[in-house]
Amino acid sequence: MACAADSIVIGGKIFTESYILGEMAAQTIEASSHVPVTRKLGMGSTGILFEGLKSGAIDLYPDYTGTLAEAILKRPELKSLDEIRQALSDMGLTISGSLGFNDTYALAVKEEFAEKHGLRSIGDLIPIESEIRAAFSYEFMDRKDGYPGLIDSYHLGFSPQKINRMEHTLSFQAIEQNAVDLIDVYSTDAKIKKLNLRLLKDDHNYFPVYQAVWVARKSFVEKHPSEWQALLGLEGKISEQTMLDMNAQADIQKISFAKIAAQFLGAEAPAAHGWLHEVARRTKEHLWLVGVSLLFSVLVGIPLGVTAVRYHAAGQAILLSSAVVQTVPSLALLCFLIPVFGVGTKPALAALCLYSLLPVVLNTFTGIRAINPIHLENARAFGLNGRQVLFRVVLPLASPTLLAGIKTATIVSIGTATLAALVGAGGYGAPIVSGLSLNDVPTILTGAIPAALMALVAHGIFEVLGILLIPALYPLSRSFSCFTSTSVLGCNPSPNKLGDI
Amino acid sequence: MLELQSVSKTFEGRTVLADVSLMVPKGATHGLIGSSGSGKTTLLRITLGLIPFDKGYVKINDQALLSFTPVEWADRIGYVPQDGGLFPHISAKNNIALIARLRGWRKSRIDDRVEELRKLVDLDAEILTRFPREMSGGQKQRVSIMRAAMMDPAVMLLDEPMAALDPLIRRSLQQELKSIFQRLNKTVLLVTHDLGEAVYLAEQITLLHEGRVVQTGSYRDLLLQPATPFVSQFINAQRSLPDAEAFQ
Repeated sequence: MACAADSIVIGGKIFTESYILGEMAAQTIEASSHVPVTRKLGMGSTGILFEGLKSGAIDLYPDYTGTLAEAILKRPELKSLDEIRQALSDMGLTISGSLGFNDTYALAVKEEFAEKHGLRSIGDLIPIESEIRAAFSYEFMDRKDGYPGLIDSYHLGFSPQKINRMEHTLSFQAIEQNAVDLIDVYSTDAKIKKLNLRLLKDDHNYFPVYQAVWVARKSFVEKHPSEWQALLGLEGKISEQTMLDMNAQADIQKISFAKIAAQFLGAEAPAAHGWLHEVARRTKEHLWLVGVSLLFSVLVGIPLGVTAVRYHAAGQAILLSSAVVQTVPSLALLCFLIPVFGVGTKPALAALCLYSLLPVVLNTFTGIRAINPIHLENARAFGLNGRQVLFRVVLPLASPTLLAGIKTATIVSIGTATLAALVGAGGYGAPIVSGLSLNDVPTILTGAIPAALMALVAHGIFEVLGILLIPALYPLSRSFSCFTSTSVLGCNPSPNKLGDI
Repeated sequence: MLELQSVSKTFEGRTVLADVSLMVPKGATHGLIGSSGSGKTTLLRITLGLIPFDKGYVKINDQALLSFTPVEWADRIGYVPQDGGLFPHISAKNNIALIARLRGWRKSRIDDRVEELRKLVDLDAEILTRFPREMSGGQKQRVSIMRAAMMDPAVMLLDEPMAALDPLIRRSLQQELKSIFQRLNKTVLLVTHDLGEAVYLAEQITLLHEGRVVQTGSYRDLLLQPATPFVSQFINAQRSLPDAEAFQ
């Protein structure tokens, strides 16, 4: 893939620690090499990063041994670094040694709650198991070494109605507001400190070891041996306490990831660009995503809509399939597209194109169906051929509905494109995603406000376009009627004297 | 000259038209009249070349419909649909000029022809810039006539030209139409359900009933020598209408 060939692409997951480690890898390479580095931090999930690594869209990213064994290799019995490295080798991947800390899953409760119920270890939850209200992340709920195995290991009988699945960062808010009692955390998460949570001891040693490592493509290691060596220089350098402190600097003191990484490396932080520069860059990325998908929806959606009117059976198939696409959750659609398109802009564009198709197809179909058939018969009586009927009569008459469909597609696309950041496509979603992981509202707003503004501007542009392009069918434009009782045909052109009729 | 000879049409096993013949000499105005379901709309669509027919022929100046392409036929027959049938998304001028533009006419030629027709139907120039929804019924009707006459067709075909109009303005438009027809000097077939209108505008009338021609002749013929009792019945049924009173 082009970007990986020209520069070293570093991925990262959507939580603070991964951002810091990703930034650390980027700065380490920048300090030791002239090869440009592209940061694709804050991508949606392990699966997305893994696909990106395999397809060559990214070169390396930080991950954890437990995650690699369980989620990628599907062989939870693999424990040692060597075993895991050996298994990954068959996939063309390799890992470094441990960076020095173990960031495992842990269960956390509020300190007051722990005191009240005398909780020290996970086993202490059993007496109050039916009352516990918990919020667990999607990944924790679904991984074998997460919730399902935990229940078996400790014979816990939680009440299923009181177990909520939610986005990891939101579960911290939930416990802070006492909406839940128990959450899953990463053991180095700074919010443990901030929210004064108590980690429950894992007496059974159930949770696997999660040593932080670099995961890289072997072809990258071969092509850039000195850069890889520089990264290996960080092995064993980051202790658990150091990592927790760095996470706290990001989450609590709101210090930028780049600055934290630079401090650790004893280097100058790369010059930070102002927020204006950031917004401009994200706007460009977002406009590209929305623009291309819009062009696609117009060029493909309108002909599909016309076809749907012309051929009944094909029409139903077209409308049904574009409706089905719309029901697929955006994140799921992105994941489905990654094996085909890799990560980055391509899968994001593909998803946006598919999403923006339905409003255009449906409105083309509805707009044409709503045309009074008299106009079509008249057009044929005047000697217009099929093409002329389509372009001179059908599409212009359907254009208000059609334009409304394109407008809907655009606005939906502007909103959905914020998810593109999860597959490394950037756009306004990037600050939203990183702000969410930091629980940092101002950062979220640098993405959310421009996205909302862009939607407003798009709305305005389409209103104006409607009035300019099809004034006859837009009632906002000039309107005056003419009724005189004496001369019907020779009407006075001045606005009528009877007032507005 | 417009000539229909033994035109027949069955649709889904039902006879819609049976052996319909009528002849409109050059420059004459002919009324085709019948109640709804009489087959007059089907006959109109056949004459326009919009639907196929089973038997017989349609000729303009001795040339048969089937020997032309749809485009060639459309240029020989100027059609004024019910209510004017203007395309709502374009201005009056663009409605009138649409076909000429598609045929590649030069702008100056189009402008000259539009101006010529505008004077002929006595329409204010300003109306030409309006959209159909900004025009009165009478204005739409005149613009529609200009559009139909644009390509200088041999025959004009009008479908219920007055149906949608206010009764008050219908009379004055009828007079206008009559003089427009005279100035255009076209062969005109007028399809209507309104006997009074047909009598006022047309020299000859063909009464259609259940897909068959019941009688063709002048109003006087229909009134004094009805071919069947239905003719008298039809005339009597419409005599109570205000429009018919003028012709007794």
